[in-house]
Amino acid sequence: MRRHLCERSIEASLFLAALASVAITLGIVGVLTYESWGFFQHVPLSEFLTDSQWTPLFSEAHYGILPLVSGTLVTTVVALLVAVPLGTVTAIYVSEYASLSIRETVKPILELLSAVPTVVFGYFALLFVTPLLQRMWPDLPGFNMLSAGLVIGVMIIPYVSSVSEDAMRAVPMLIREGSYAMGASRFQTALRVVVPSALSGIAAAYVLAISRAIGETMVVAIAAGMQPTLTLNPLEPAATLTAYIVQVSLGDLPHGSLGYQTIFAAGLVLLIITLIFNIAGHFLRKRFHHAF
Amino acid sequence: MPSNPLRERSGIGTGQKQLDRLFALLGLLAMLVSVGALLVLLTGLLMEGGPRLSWAFFTSYPSRFAEQAGILPAWVGTILVMAVTAVTAVPLGIAAAVYLEEYAPKHWLTDLIEINMANLAGVPSIVYGLMALGLFVYQLRLGQSILTAGLTLALLILPIVVMATREAIRAVPKSLREAAFALGATKWQTVQHHVLPSATGGILTGLILALSRAIGESAPLMTIGALSFIAFLPHAPWQPDFPFLSFEWLLDPFTVMPIQMFNWVSRPQEAFHVNAAGAGLVLMVMTLGMNGLAIYLRARYRKRIQW
Repeated sequence: MRRHLCERSIEASLFLAALASVAITLGIVGVLTYESWGFFQHVPLSEFLTDSQWTPLFSEAHYGILPLVSGTLVTTVVALLVAVPLGTVTAIYVSEYASLSIRETVKPILELLSAVPTVVFGYFALLFVTPLLQRMWPDLPGFNMLSAGLVIGVMIIPYVSSVSEDAMRAVPMLIREGSYAMGASRFQTALRVVVPSALSGIAAAYVLAISRAIGETMVVAIAAGMQPTLTLNPLEPAATLTAYIVQVSLGDLPHGSLGYQTIFAAGLVLLIITLIFNIAGHFLRKRFHHAF
Repeated sequence: MPSNPLRERSGIGTGQKQLDRLFALLGLLAMLVSVGALLVLLTGLLMEGGPRLSWAFFTSYPSRFAEQAGILPAWVGTILVMAVTAVTAVPLGIAAAVYLEEYAPKHWLTDLIEINMANLAGVPSIVYGLMALGLFVYQLRLGQSILTAGLTLALLILPIVVMATREAIRAVPKSLREAAFALGATKWQTVQHHVLPSATGGILTGLILALSRAIGESAPLMTIGALSFIAFLPHAPWQPDFPFLSFEWLLDPFTVMPIQMFNWVSRPQEAFHVNAAGAGLVLMVMTLGMNGLAIYLRARYRKRIQW
């Protein structure tokens, strides 16, 4: 009887630990909506979504989220232009071409690359990549979205390549052998048989990478500048959603002020955007697992 | 050149073969971009920051004068914050993983926890910082302290700990559990004496990877107000009288390595950039060292344990 009681209480405490994750989600959603609620008491949603200026700390304050969203959009697109082709080709190579010894060497290296602290990537974006780009475009400002985007792109290559490689490796050998038996080359098999079979898994990798790039903070805060600007030109400096939050955090805004609440509104937008991509990624992966 | 009818009919023509080789080359190049990036990061930091590393760099406080500035509060802060993170995230994560793998019945609540866990892993780290700012700093009044920072990072890495632990537990064969049950062991006895010990290697690897992620994380700590200019150390975790341990440090303000580096990078003076490279080098050695250890451990356990 005592033994039974003991077992039950252990199970109950383990269950509580598992529930912690739900509590974290509730905490995140609760805090963001609570503080944003205060913000939207002062700023109508229509202004928030349509005003083309974000100057909450100026005397003539504007609260349009679009400049921050455009900054996030540009850096993310630049990052994807780097990470998607390089990551996908790397994944195809490692999964379909590379010998076992190359694969065993490359995978840990990619893992190490994804473990580099983001602040180190920021340092390189500002002090190595930007000067390099300035040699090509002498008028490029010291802070610009291009170098931040490029560096984020390199940073998220491991996410693209490892998830899509897993998807390609999960394609059964039989399917490849069928293709070879029809006389197809390795390239034809990879491109017309393996990649289409693993497509939803690869798409999930892209979606996860997008969500990473959107949420990336330190690189943009260091290298892209902190001035909210509504522009789609990657050669200009601009703030992203994340960089704005860092900028305000560096200052010293009193708790409960409207300025303090703006970072929660920006955070809520960020959470909603990434959540959409995460859920999409979740379903894509699920569909992929169904396929095999 | 007369055409070869046999070759024309076979699927792989010379054109296809060339394309095949071309793509292999392209793949190799794409792969080398990542490898090269890592090399450039390491050599760049080593060349810029390597000469800056000295005993004084590790034992000095930040300063207005770049040449005298050091990383003492930063590395002490990083170690203390990591201690809080590990103490919180490790038991909580392992317990959650054990529940989900060994106990959880299949129903909507477990499904919810699973989906939720996957989603949490994709939430940007800075959002955790906002949550900590609203909840820990202002609602629970823990202040902008080491405790707040440690808890924030613990929540951030919890999904990673849980996922890694679950994978390790899943790799333990069913026959082991059945043998324990057959001898009359209870569920918890089985988990405690057989499943967890057998999964130790995998769990350990996951924990190291999760903590190395936390060491490099700076965004969530900036939102809770980590200071970048700290000219003092937190209270010592020990004291001369009984009970010898002191927990005053938990509520002290702090800075950590990546934030110190950020502070130096964002200054315009060149001399501070050299300091940033030095701090970055130390940070890289910490995180890559931990990752290397994890990769090594994983390979070793994989070799040793053959189910």
